[in-house]
Amino acid sequence: MNYNVTEKGYYGTFGGAYIPEMLYPNVENLRKNYLKVMAEPDFKAEFDQLLKDYVGRPSPLYFAKRLSEKYNTKVYLKREDLNHTGAHKVNNTIGQILMAKKLGKQRIIAETGAGQHGVATATVCALMGMDCVVYMGEIDIARQAPNVARMKMLGAEVRPALSGSKTLKDATNEAIRDWINNPVDTHYIIGSAIGPHPYPDMVTRFQSIISEEIKWQLKEKEGRENPDYVVACIGGGSNAAGTYYHFLHEEEVGIIAVEAAGKGINSGESAATSALGKEGVIHGCKTLLMQTNDGQITEPYSISAGLDYPGVGPLHAHLYKSGRGEFYSATDDEAMQSGLELTKLEGIIPAIESSHALAIFKHKTFKPDDVVVISLSGRGDKDLDNYIKYFNL
Amino acid sequence: MNRINQKMQEDKKLLSLYFTAGYPELNNTVKIIKDLEASGIDMIEIGLPFSDPLADGPTIQNSSTIALKNGMTTKLLFEQLKDIRKTVSIPLIIMGYFNPMLQYGVEAFCAKCAEIGIDGLIMPDLPLAVYQDEYEAIFKKHNLKNIFLITPQTSDERIKEIDNASDAFIYMVSSASVTGSKTGFGQEQTDYFERIASMNLKNPQIIGFGINNNETYTQATKETKGAIIGSAFIKHLTENGADTISDFVQKIR
Ligand SMILES: Cc1ncc(COP(=O)(O)O)c(C=O)c1O
Repeated sequence: MNYNVTEKGYYGTFGGAYIPEMLYPNVENLRKNYLKVMAEPDFKAEFDQLLKDYVGRPSPLYFAKRLSEKYNTKVYLKREDLNHTGAHKVNNTIGQILMAKKLGKQRIIAETGAGQHGVATATVCALMGMDCVVYMGEIDIARQAPNVARMKMLGAEVRPALSGSKTLKDATNEAIRDWINNPVDTHYIIGSAIGPHPYPDMVTRFQSIISEEIKWQLKEKEGRENPDYVVACIGGGSNAAGTYYHFLHEEEVGIIAVEAAGKGINSGESAATSALGKEGVIHGCKTLLMQTNDGQITEPYSISAGLDYPGVGPLHAHLYKSGRGEFYSATDDEAMQSGLELTKLEGIIPAIESSHALAIFKHKTFKPDDVVVISLSGRGDKDLDNYIKYFNL
Repeated sequence: MNRINQKMQEDKKLLSLYFTAGYPELNNTVKIIKDLEASGIDMIEIGLPFSDPLADGPTIQNSSTIALKNGMTTKLLFEQLKDIRKTVSIPLIIMGYFNPMLQYGVEAFCAKCAEIGIDGLIMPDLPLAVYQDEYEAIFKKHNLKNIFLITPQTSDERIKEIDNASDAFIYMVSSASVTGSKTGFGQEQTDYFERIASMNLKNPQIIGFGINNNETYTQATKETKGAIIGSAFIKHLTENGADTISDFVQKIR
């Protein structure tokens, strides 16, 4: 089985570019150029240098001793939470802003759910002196206030998405509409491994630094490059795609995805796309999608703003359908408990998104000598209010 | 012959109107269509509402949200239209997004359209390449015309490709925008209209997006076969209800 994207932008039957003609010139221009630009030595050099000196990479691969003892297996945490701006999102925004410059764009737009991608975009725009507009659902603006303040301080304009469920899906609609209205000077920095081809592949490649580092870091620590499992939470799937990338074709590495079950898969308030979704088209991409029988997109729910999306990236839909990936979902409660547990055992407060990945231990038992690498995609600073409210701290 | 092709041969400028099925009321689809024909409209785009209409601005988006809340579905729309050809003879086009069509089943959707007497489809997010690779044969089998969009940014080369793939008319988006966002046409649009006119395409062009009164209608149809009005008509329906359709049409031409 092949897990790389095809020439036409498909992973198995998923992917493609289902875009209105208004977006065609921009998306086509990107499609024709992204691999070429990414291969240019000066692009690579600048990307690598910024990841090192600005983001603080490589991010540590940390052996979580007490967590390992508790679950009687060997747990490593890939510390994306230690990146500048506090999550994996910045790997992609650094790559895409350099891409935007190469393509001659001056204005940047982005969508954001938890605000992490918005902050990471506003940050690189400040760094490069580019105009930045971030679309964010009105509900997310309320539940991720510290990140809204950060974006504003960084000079970005935060525009509320007022339509639909007023969360990530709607922010993405608004960003796409902005791009339709501003086709010449603007680049759209999509924040996850979603959207029309070539976005899922481009975002995955920028995030693939995560698994590239895991390989050599694990070699140093365990004497082997391949863990037994890699585990990540999935909103749209960018931290997961980066965590899996270099292991996709290594059959001995188990690939585990954890989605947000919200209040329970069958509660009507969930974002567990692989369990609840059917093949459909969202935001320019054919993928698994939560929808009604009539093809209307359903409003998802999760306590975590970053996982509150009714689709998954096409790579993940393919991993699910082909059986290459093992898919689980964690409820709000399971995630919150797992987040608190990591805090108490290891002194690390994770983002609620990442807490979903940690909740894997509530669903799967590993062998004592299994090496399990978990993507700790972000830190919990932005979620303190939610943790405090949830646990009455 | 397909009714759209026939209409294109008439020696006049065409005015086509878009409305969202199920808006403002769930069950006035047939009434709106009949009133539009009675007011002298040449062609109608019946909007099949979608939860996430990417290419539309707030006006059509909002009408879609309300239509869905009212209970509009693909099945219901087909049910409402089942006898439409007993009374209405102008071309009817369904405009919607691809996902509802995909869930209904592309083949079943097209067959149903043919049975009802729908003449064409506009699916902005079903791109040319996917259409040609996977669905063209199905559309053709049911004598449904697929209408493609072009914009001021569409390259000449791509326009020629779209012209070759089309067999009805080309939907010329007036400016770089979602529906309902621009007011009035400036030099940039006029240049674009003239540029396309000078390409001598085999398909006639009809301009949509940003037409809201007699002035913009006249500008738009100077170089082209006709114009499509969407958001401005939806606004009229919102403000005046569905009983005053001829008032709106008289203001346009
Ligand atoms: C910390 C963190 N992890 C995970 C996600 C989910 O996104 P993705 O699935 O693209 O990694 C987000 C999104 O905002 C996030 O902020």
